Amino acid sequence: MSDRDPKVRFEKVTKTYGTLQVLDSLDFHADNGEVVTVIGPSGSGKTTVLRVLMTLEDIQSGVIYIDGEPLNKMSRGGRLVPASKAHVRRIRAKIGMVFQNFNLFPHMTALQNCIEAPVHGKGVAKGQATTEALELLDMVGLADKRDHYPSQLSGGQQQRVAIARTLAMRPEILLFDEPTSALDPEMVGEVLNVIRDLARSGRYTILLVTHQMGFAREVSDRVCFFDGGRILEEGAPRDLLGDPRNERTRQFLSKVLEAR
Amino acid sequence: MSRRLAAVLVLLGFLAGLAIATFSEYRIFLPALLRGAVVTVKVGVLSIALFYAMAFIAGIGRLNKNRIIRYTATVYIEVFRGTSLLVILFWLFFVLPEFGVILSPLAAAVLGMGLNYGAYGAEVVRGAILAVPRGQYEASLALNMTPRKQMLRVVLPQAVLVTIPGLSNLTIELIKATALVSAVTLVDITFASVQQNQIHLRTIDIFVITLLLYYCLAQFVRFGGGMLEARASRHLAKAR
Ligand SMILES: Nc1ncnc2c1ncn2[C@@H]1O[C@H](COP(=O)(O)OP(=O)(O)O)[C@@H](O)[C@H]1O
Ligand SMILES: [Mg+2]
Repeated sequence: MSDRDPKVRFEKVTKTYGTLQVLDSLDFHADNGEVVTVIGPSGSGKTTVLRVLMTLEDIQSGVIYIDGEPLNKMSRGGRLVPASKAHVRRIRAKIGMVFQNFNLFPHMTALQNCIEAPVHGKGVAKGQATTEALELLDMVGLADKRDHYPSQLSGGQQQRVAIARTLAMRPEILLFDEPTSALDPEMVGEVLNVIRDLARSGRYTILLVTHQMGFAREVSDRVCFFDGGRILEEGAPRDLLGDPRNERTRQFLSKVLEAR
Repeated sequence: MSRRLAAVLVLLGFLAGLAIATFSEYRIFLPALLRGAVVTVKVGVLSIALFYAMAFIAGIGRLNKNRIIRYTATVYIEVFRGTSLLVILFWLFFVLPEFGVILSPLAAAVLGMGLNYGAYGAEVVRGAILAVPRGQYEASLALNMTPRKQMLRVVLPQAVLVTIPGLSNLTIELIKATALVSAVTLVDITFASVQQNQIHLRTIDIFVITLLLYYCLAQFVRFGGGMLEARASRHLAKAR
């Protein structure tokens, strides 16, 4: 692990479902503290990038590095061999993911959702985990909802609890997969506000998949345009969103902007 | 009919039964029937405990990653679902001694009933676990929970709720099927009725009471299951 290593690096990563090739020898990286937004048409592989990084999916070939350490492999005797469960668990602890559909645990309150993994996974003392979780719930503006069950919360509130739950594990890399797509329009803002604060704090390396182009322009350091499992174009948000060079990017952006 | 009303009626019926058993001319055979009811309840409660344990062990086992565990669970489920309970009881009580394994009538009855219903319950549990949305597994994996914690703390608590209607139906079935344990010489409600009828020849009275006793036991289970379900699903109603 050296200072020059990017936080996240994909090296020729290929992912297939049966005969469908979803990631096509993908090279990708994100630097420490960088906020990278991934845009692209439906089915282009945006979600898949986040899912393989979260180890929710296996990859067929290539290597994913976190801080210069392979995630899906480990080196033994100078060679890369398939990673052991313990190895994956150790590296995965650096990554947290926020899902489109929140996926809160419905049988637990907001607070219980946030302390579950720290207490029962990491072995953090319950008192300390509770103190930290309450700070996080306060940060997302939901301190007063600590004892509410997910079914008693709005979509926007559920997503904010889900963000607090993810942060409670103290990840260094945050993955957001269309975090506002399942929300009614009036709740989008409250969730984006939280993500904006996280992006500006500079404490996290963030990969964000979104169709909110205005927000992407505002918070990202870099925007990647995905198509067919490859990055077709990438650059500073102002350039890529304002004056795309690639014809596909142009078409996609004009369609997205039309639809609004 | 509201649950509370049903509970009150069952209780009143029970007290009335006790009074009749003590004071009326029914006292010549009612105590024997009630002694039978005690045996039925004893077999029932113990079998239910084994039934639930086996249902969860085999239901979870059937979905285990380990092939040996999975196959063992599958074989158990197939064997006990594919054979008749009465024959299983005969095997436990009359055939096993040929191999040197001697079980008391109660042990044979409880083993037979519990294992048999556990096999059906395992399918209920398996279905309930499969009904837990994939997002729940993904969220807990993303939080770096071990597969064990994932199952115990995230999946099972949600699955248990889904099993309640299915398992309480099977529990009622089990109570009714306890009538078969007379095959291993236990004097349960059914066997006691037959005996008392042979002695006193009060066919209608005795078998009406027999029906009522089974009905009360089944109501008791239904009431308990309903209460559990209502309690457990308080917060989940909207989430599903
Ligand atoms: N579990 C799966 N099985 C088969 N195909 C899948 C699966 N998940 C995704 N895909 C396919 O992979 C492609 C990329 O999906 P995804 O990464 O979700 O795209 P995006 O998020 O950009 O819309 C799509 O064609 C999708 O149908
Ligand atoms: Mg997607």
